[in-house]
Amino acid sequence: MTKPTLTGAEIVVRCIAEENVDFVFGYPGGAVLNIYDEIFKQDKFKHVLVRHEQAAVHAADAYSRSSTKIGVALVTSGPGLTNAVTGIATAYMDSIPMVIISGQVPTHAIGQDAFQECDTVGITRPCVKHNFLVKDVKDLALTMKKAFYIATTGRPGPVLVDIPKDVTQHSCAYEYPKEISMRSYNPNIKGHSGQIKKAVQLLLDAKRPMIYAGGGVVLNDAAPQLTKLVRMLGAPCTNTLMGLGGFPASDPQFVGMLGMHGTYEANMAMQECDVLFAVGARFDDRVIGNPNHFYREGRKIIHIDIDPSSISKRVKVDVPIVGYVKDVLEEMVAMLEQGDKRPDPVALKAWWTTVKGWQSKNCLAFKPAKDDGKIKPQAVVQALWKATNGDAIITSDVGQHQMWAAQYYPFDKPRKWINSGGLGTMGVGIPYAMGAQLANPDATVACITGEGSVQMCIQELSTCKQYHIPMKIVNLNNRSLGMVRQWQEFFYGNRYAESYMDALPDFVKLAEAYGHVGMKIEKAGDVEGALREAIKLKDRLVFMDFITDETENVFPMIPGGKGLSEMILAEEL
Amino acid sequence: MRHILSVLLENEAGALSRVVGLFSARGYNIDSLSVATTEDTTMSRMTIVTHGSDDVIEQITKQLNKLIEVVKVVDLTDGNHIERELMLVKVRAAGKDRDEMKRMADIFRGRILDVTDKSYTIELTGDSHKLDAFIAAIEPGVILETVRTGASGIGRGERILKI
Repeated sequence: MTKPTLTGAEIVVRCIAEENVDFVFGYPGGAVLNIYDEIFKQDKFKHVLVRHEQAAVHAADAYSRSSTKIGVALVTSGPGLTNAVTGIATAYMDSIPMVIISGQVPTHAIGQDAFQECDTVGITRPCVKHNFLVKDVKDLALTMKKAFYIATTGRPGPVLVDIPKDVTQHSCAYEYPKEISMRSYNPNIKGHSGQIKKAVQLLLDAKRPMIYAGGGVVLNDAAPQLTKLVRMLGAPCTNTLMGLGGFPASDPQFVGMLGMHGTYEANMAMQECDVLFAVGARFDDRVIGNPNHFYREGRKIIHIDIDPSSISKRVKVDVPIVGYVKDVLEEMVAMLEQGDKRPDPVALKAWWTTVKGWQSKNCLAFKPAKDDGKIKPQAVVQALWKATNGDAIITSDVGQHQMWAAQYYPFDKPRKWINSGGLGTMGVGIPYAMGAQLANPDATVACITGEGSVQMCIQELSTCKQYHIPMKIVNLNNRSLGMVRQWQEFFYGNRYAESYMDALPDFVKLAEAYGHVGMKIEKAGDVEGALREAIKLKDRLVFMDFITDETENVFPMIPGGKGLSEMILAEEL
Repeated sequence: MRHILSVLLENEAGALSRVVGLFSARGYNIDSLSVATTEDTTMSRMTIVTHGSDDVIEQITKQLNKLIEVVKVVDLTDGNHIERELMLVKVRAAGKDRDEMKRMADIFRGRILDVTDKSYTIELTGDSHKLDAFIAAIEPGVILETVRTGASGIGRGERILKI
C-alpha cells in the first residue's frame, strides 16, 4: 500500500484519531487555523470549545484522571499557550498523562517577535515531561507518536508538541508508526525481585506495619492489587490526597487521609509504625511535614515508585523498589500466597489496639448545626455523599472546601476524586468536572468549590451550556478565602489581609444568566432537600450556593514546618 | 564534595537548556560545563563539574537520567578517571615580568601562543587544580585576561561511556 500524502494539519488530526482520542479540548486562533479546518472535516473525535485555554487543559487533564484514556488539548500560539501554562503545570505536578498541541508562528517568523509569537518550548520546559518543536512536516507523525508514548509510559506527565503554521500547510507521505522505541527513554518498569522479596520479608516481620498509598496507585490502576495486599497484611492503610479511592475508604483497615489535614490516627500511625510501606507516594511536605521530625530511629521504610528520583528525595528509604506499582504489588501478593509465613497476629492485635485508641479521638467530629442555624460546610459534603450514594465523581477547587471534600466524602473507588493536589490550582473545579463528565457521561459529577475558587474559571459555565454538561456545583460560600483566612486567624493575629470576599455576585442569577439552574441555601435544615432536588435534575447543571458558617476551620491541622504528631485538633481550641 | 558527571545525550536543539534548566530549577550548582558532539554526531557528550552532598549528587544523577534526551549519566569521580581543562591566559610581559612569565609557563608546561612586546598569551592544559595553581603562582596584577573551557573527563582503562 502506498502511503498517502497529507498536509501537516491532516497528519495532526489523523494521529489524534489513531490514538483513539474521543475529545479534544481547545480554542482556535491564527496559528492553528489549518488544524481546525481539518477538525471541521472529520468525525473521528469531537472538539470541545472552552472559554479560556486554561480550562481546555484542565478539562483534558480531568479527562485523563477520571478515565483510562488520554486527554488532548489544542491551543494557538502566544497568548493561547501562555493561558494554557497553569493547566500544564497543574497536570505536571500530579503526573497526569496528557498531550498538548500548540500552534506556533511560521518557521521563518520564529525569533522575529512575530504577532502572537512566544517561546513555547522555553516557557513550558520546566512544567512538562517533555516538549517538541516540529520544524519539518516529515517529523510530525513520529513526534506525535513519541508524545503519546512518553506521556503515558513510565511516570506519566503532560507532553507538548509545538507546530509552526507552515508545517501544518506542508505535505509529506504519512504513516503512523505502530511501535516506537527511543534509545534515550527506557523507563525501568519492572521491580527488582530481590528487593521485592526483602520488602515482603520486612512486612511479615513487622510488629507495627503501616501502609501509605499515593496517587501512583490510582494512576497505575493498581487499586485491586493494593486492596488485596493490604488485606493479606492486616495492617492499617492511609491514602494521600492524590491517592484517595486507591484503597476503599469503607474498609475497616482504612485510617483516613494523612498529612497536613489528615486524620489523627493516620498521622500517628505513620510516626509510630516500625515498618512503613510507601506505595506510589512521594513524602511531600504537605504529607509528612518536617522530614527531620518525621525521622524515627529504627523505623524501616519500603518505597515503590516508578520514578527513581522520587525515592530518597525527602526521606531516606531502606528498601527502594523502582517499577510499576501494579506489577510490584502483584508480585508481592503472589509471594505471600506461595509462602507459609503470615503476619504475626499477636503483634497486629496490639498495634490495632493502639490505632483504635487514636481513632477514638474522633478527630473529624464537628458541632452539628440546628435546623435553622448556619450551614456547616462539613455537613454539606456529608449530605452530598448520602445524596449520591457515595458513588459520584467529585472534583474540587483548592482551599478549605477541598480538604472538607477529601475528609467527609469517603471514596471507595479510584478515579472518582479529581483535584489539584500538587500545584494547588484554584479554578480547576468546573473545568475538571467538564472533563470528568465527558469521560463518564452516565456518572453523577459534582464540583465542590468555594466562592473564591469558582470565580477563577466561572466563564466555563458557558461551555457547560453548549455541551449540556449536567454537573452539580456545590459552592461552599463563606464569603472569604477560607484557607488563607484560617492561617491568618492561627498565625497572623487575626489580621485578615485581603481574604474577605466583598461584592460577590448573585450566584443564582449568574447560573441563570448562563442558562443553568441556580439555588441559594441558607439554613442547615435545607441542605439535604436541596441536594436531593438538584440531583433529580439529571440533565441540568445546578449551581447550589450554600451560605456556610464562616467561622469553620479545617481540622486536624499540622502547622507548616511542624511534624506529623504535632497536630492541632478542633477540641484543643 | 566535588563531582564530575559525564552525560551522553541526544544532539538535539534544546537538550542543553534542559540540563541547565534542571540545575537552576532545583538549585543545584554548576561549577563548569562543557559540551560537544561525539564521533557519532547524533549524540553529544557533556562534562558537568558540580559539588554537593552525596544525597544531592544522587538526586542530580537521577534527575538528569529522567530527562528524555539523556541517554546515560556516569559519575566519573566514582572511579579512576582523567580530567583535563584548557586555559588561555593573557599576561603582562614587559620589563622584569617578561622572563619570569616565560619561566612560569615552562614550569607549568604551558605554551606561549601569542607574543607582543607587552604581553604573552599562554595555553595551559591540566586538571582544574593545576590551572588554579598557575593562577595562584603568578602575581594577580599581571593577569590581563583568562578564559577556561571547564573540565572534560573520561574514565581510565576499561571504563567506557557509550551506548
